[in-house]
Amino acid sequence: MCLGIPGKIVEVHEDRGLAMGTVDFGGVRREVCLAYVADEVEVGDYAVVHVGFAISKVDEAEAKRTFEVLREMSELDELEWMREVAERSLEGHDAGRPREAGGPREAGGPREAGQP
Amino acid sequence: MKYLSEYRDPELARSLVDRIRERATRRWVLMEVCGGQTHTIVRQGINEVLRESVEMIHGPGCPVCVTPLEQIDRALHLATRSDVIFTSFGDMLRVPGSECDLLQIKARGGDVRVIYSPLDALDLARNNPDREVVFFAVGFETTAPANAMAVWRARELGVANFSVLVSHVTVPPAIVAILQAPDNRVQGFLAAGHVCTVMGWTEYEPLTGLYGVPIVVTGFEPVDILEGIYMAVCQLEEGRAEVENQYVRSVRREGNRPAQELIERVFKLVDRQWRGIGEIPASGLGLRSEFAAFDAELKFELGFITATEPLECRAGEVLRGQLKPFECPEFGGRCTPENPLGAPMVSSEGACAAYFNYGRYEAAAAGGSRT
Repeated sequence: MCLGIPGKIVEVHEDRGLAMGTVDFGGVRREVCLAYVADEVEVGDYAVVHVGFAISKVDEAEAKRTFEVLREMSELDELEWMREVAERSLEGHDAGRPREAGGPREAGGPREAGQP
Repeated sequence: MKYLSEYRDPELARSLVDRIRERATRRWVLMEVCGGQTHTIVRQGINEVLRESVEMIHGPGCPVCVTPLEQIDRALHLATRSDVIFTSFGDMLRVPGSECDLLQIKARGGDVRVIYSPLDALDLARNNPDREVVFFAVGFETTAPANAMAVWRARELGVANFSVLVSHVTVPPAIVAILQAPDNRVQGFLAAGHVCTVMGWTEYEPLTGLYGVPIVVTGFEPVDILEGIYMAVCQLEEGRAEVENQYVRSVRREGNRPAQELIERVFKLVDRQWRGIGEIPASGLGLRSEFAAFDAELKFELGFITATEPLECRAGEVLRGQLKPFECPEFGGRCTPENPLGAPMVSSEGACAAYFNYGRYEAAAAGGSRT
């Protein structure tokens, strides 16, 4: 839970006064809180995201490099977990949010702890 | 050098290894604080490659590992209540409590749900007004901004059926506790890059002067760690003790101010038990009294649940750097990631799991990594 995952901000909106946005993590998209970086980011920027919160802005080259390193280090279990949870929650009660099925990792089973 | 071929940039890694070996006139003892760094170090065999020059002691920076047994037992108690939806980061589900873990409670019918963001738990509460939704708010300073926001928003939106079971810890007091231990051998630290992305590094500046130790803010990728080690070794060889920043692409001295401000508004410093280590004064975050209505410990009157840690798990010695995971008699026998006796064998950030998963312990043991 300590490693942040970099992603690209593809959309921004407000949820009852809170700065939110959709972030694309190598094809997996989910809603992320942008409140802590709201003054410095806009659509198209990259940010490092911890448990659904963007904590720092990074440049594109750094974001892509870090993402690849995480993938190679098999540290993207969290992303798999994020994807499953996001999809389940979307299926449950909020089908209007942007989503994109399929993750960057074809191989490998889902994280055990994330299973329903 | 056998693992260097696995590096993304093997030439740079090789050059850093050479420079560390050239620079070190003796074997220095360094501690990496972050569990993600431990994972990289063991997986890539950095501790073995540099065996002659540095001994890496794996610090207590795995939030899953240091969450006290008592809080796990309280989580288990809540998860069994029929009126409660218990939500948690996925990492916590297999951490053994006194009698079972959250996954077993779930298998027995407890409503335990893995969420990715604490705001997901808040949404769950708003969508289930007839149930109590409790979120297990654990972690270091990396998850604190997210958890603080969930509580802040719960108050703002008036979500009365949401509460948090807080077990937050912070890094600097743990470093102080390690340095103050009479048997401390750590001569320098690699501070956790992502923690410092949030908090900056001003908190560490007094420690370098007070205890005469270098602290290098370091990322979690192999080359980051090698560079962080090199910077720490240079300081030690030159007799310097300063905070330096290896992870410049993410960390600024002042950190993320808006995140710090919300942490400050929602949480206060409290004494906190660390699993395997004991109580460290002012080392944790607890809810401020203004947010007492969202404190699951008060709401569900959990004070009666106390726990004593079993003696068979020697996680405390591992977390204090006194015992390498593979030196524990239960390692790989009675204690495996499938059947963990203690938390460091559960988490991917835990030292025991890292050694077990990457099978590097045999080489390390044969090479005599202890002095």
